[in-house]
Amino acid sequence: MSPVWYRVHRVRRETHDVVTLELTPPEGAPPCSPEPGQFNMLYVFGTGEVPISISSLPSDRGELVHTVRGVGAVTNKLIALQRGDVVGVRGPFGRPWPVGELRGRDVVVVTGGIGLAPLRPVLQHLLAHRKTFGHVSLLYGARTPYDLLYRNELLAWRDSREIDVEWTVDRSSGVWNGNVGVVTRLISRATFDPERVTAFVCGPEIMIKYAIEALRNRGMATSNCYVSMERNMKCAVGFCGHCQYGPTFMCKDGPVFRFDHIEPLFQIREL
Amino acid sequence: MTPTRVLIDRSGLDALIATLAAQGYRVLGPTLGRDAIVLGDVAGTDDLPVGWTDEQEAGHYRLRRRDDAALFGYVLGPHSFKRFLYPPRQRLWSVSRGSGPDLEVRAEPHDDRPLAFLGVRPCEIAAMRIQERVLTGGEFPDPSYADRYGRAFVVAVQCTEPGGTCFCASMRTGPRAGTDCDLALTELLGPDRHDLLVEVRTPRGEQIVAGLPAREATDADVATANEALARAEASMGRSLDTEGIVELLERNIESPAWGKVADRCLACANCTSVCPTCFCTTVEDTTDLTGQHAERWRRWDSCFNRDFSFIAGSLIRHSTRSRYRQWMTHKLSAWHRQFGTSGCVGCGRCITWCPVGIDITHEVDSIRNHERSASTFHTVGGRYR
Ligand SMILES: Cc1cc2nc3c(=O)[nH]c(=O)nc-3n(C[C@H](O)[C@H](O)[C@H](O)COP(=O)(O)OP(=O)(O)OC[C@H]3O[C@@H](n4cnc5c(N)ncnc54)[C@H](O)[C@@H]3O)c2cc1C
Ligand code: SF4
Ligand code: SF4
Repeated sequence: MSPVWYRVHRVRRETHDVVTLELTPPEGAPPCSPEPGQFNMLYVFGTGEVPISISSLPSDRGELVHTVRGVGAVTNKLIALQRGDVVGVRGPFGRPWPVGELRGRDVVVVTGGIGLAPLRPVLQHLLAHRKTFGHVSLLYGARTPYDLLYRNELLAWRDSREIDVEWTVDRSSGVWNGNVGVVTRLISRATFDPERVTAFVCGPEIMIKYAIEALRNRGMATSNCYVSMERNMKCAVGFCGHCQYGPTFMCKDGPVFRFDHIEPLFQIREL
Repeated sequence: MTPTRVLIDRSGLDALIATLAAQGYRVLGPTLGRDAIVLGDVAGTDDLPVGWTDEQEAGHYRLRRRDDAALFGYVLGPHSFKRFLYPPRQRLWSVSRGSGPDLEVRAEPHDDRPLAFLGVRPCEIAAMRIQERVLTGGEFPDPSYADRYGRAFVVAVQCTEPGGTCFCASMRTGPRAGTDCDLALTELLGPDRHDLLVEVRTPRGEQIVAGLPAREATDADVATANEALARAEASMGRSLDTEGIVELLERNIESPAWGKVADRCLACANCTSVCPTCFCTTVEDTTDLTGQHAERWRRWDSCFNRDFSFIAGSLIRHSTRSRYRQWMTHKLSAWHRQFGTSGCVGCGRCITWCPVGIDITHEVDSIRNHERSASTFHTVGGRYR
């Protein structure tokens, strides 16, 4: 499967190492209409290809939005792209967040760091059909105040009062007067009915672990918790073997899993 | 009508090879390498390791002269036919910055010549089927594997003399070849005879055999072959108890046995590079010096390699224990969940080519034994406390 060449239409700098890319499809390209939680393989000419989540609901014109943190060879090239540059896209791949099952339920979204990117389309969806859902909370943790993504949107979401938005940072700096501490601490005081809430969790594995623990302490069943996991991926179509997680392939059985389905795997170190 | 079973001799086998070549096939089979039997182009029976055998044990492989002129008197070398269907290094596509603003991608063309595999052992045939399921059974089939395997002509050789590390009988992949081949040969070698019994398995095979200098096989010939195969089945060098193995390994993911095997394992990845079913690969993206031309290559990778489980900032499987566990549980357990079959065909290569002689059949026993002694311990503890 070879990539389709998208062109960078807009580059939005989120933080010192995170960039949001808006990509336009080539004329006549087959439409790519990803669902929230799915990902594309983004290829930088001659450098490499990496899995990056879809971070916006699809637009009518087939544009793609990806938010990338520069952490290595390929992602550092991605965040340095300019308007007009070309990116290879294969996808979309993977199982999405089950947004279709949220009707009438409370929703709590728990994310850390770049983990907000794959949940942004979920929040867009919840806001677009706000009346269909019960109480909605976004709990978001970043390393420092300078690492908060989608800042203007966060403020707009909070000010709209349509959803509860709480954020926290690991280390405060400057004139920060918000929360300090790990995001999982926000769970104990979030508003939701444990009997009818669904949780979406995305972040580093250690954060997922503590988030699930806190959600459980609130009386939630893990069958209502969904998590998005990360593994090395080369092919994204189920045969390079890199993303195996026990008997699952993260690229096709994940990256989103219902937590109780993978709980036995989650407890095993170095799996 | 051509009978579905015929006898040919060495000249008949030469005619078979020549016919396949004349029909446009690239004929590949066992050849004598420097210190091992390796797969290569075969133009006639002179290219086969005639009169040679291979002595195999855990961590041990030696070629020896036989005192006869057996054509297939050896079992498996380090190569499997996987290297032709799913090459160790393969270009997937290339792309050039054209004169205009657009990039031109060139997908790799398919091979011109179809492949014919000669002397394929039944376990190897099972391995091809397994890889076919992995690589072409999903939503995004690999076009190159589908093309190569779809066109390949397979001449099996059933096993009458299993090797020291073979356990196909336990995995139910041999020593008889099933229907996934075009022709199945059995070498009938005695003091006063040297024939190959040819059993036709496909219409394509029937066509090829029709033109060969052959004699009709008698019931006695077929009985002789069957006896030899039954003897082979009863004399495997190894055996593996597969009873409940999927759940056994799932239950024992934290067994102390993993730590013990890890003390010996070098994480050298030999086992994965000789295994006919291992499919893990990585990709390499490169550019030429002008920066105008880029290529994507796929090459075999191994779950024993350090970088295999790397995600930015951390390594998931840093210990050898976790890598050996990944390899073995995948082969014998997770594979069933993923693809509905075992990922091991019992070819024994991983045992032979492991430099420290780690034996997958013994490691399964060791896990069973640990579990048994642990549960004894629990029962005893329960009774006395
Ligand atoms: C499902 C999923 C969704 C993700 N979503 C996002 C997201 O929305 N935003 C985000 O920022 N991150 C996301 N990530 C993480 C992101 O994929 C990694 O940060 C990225 O792969 C790091 O690659 P790198 O090359 O920059 O880093 P490196 O640390 O340099 O490399 C990481 C891996 O890529 C390989 N690699 C490097 N160069 C090459 C090359 N030339 N050819 C082949 N392989 C190479 C390395 O061998 C290594 O295995 C996601 C990951 C997954 C699994
Ligand atoms: S795991 Fe070992 S015995 Fe089984 S198919 Fe692979 S190399 Fe052969
Ligand atoms: S089991 Fe043997 S062949 Fe496989 S990685 Fe370990 S030492 Fe190498």
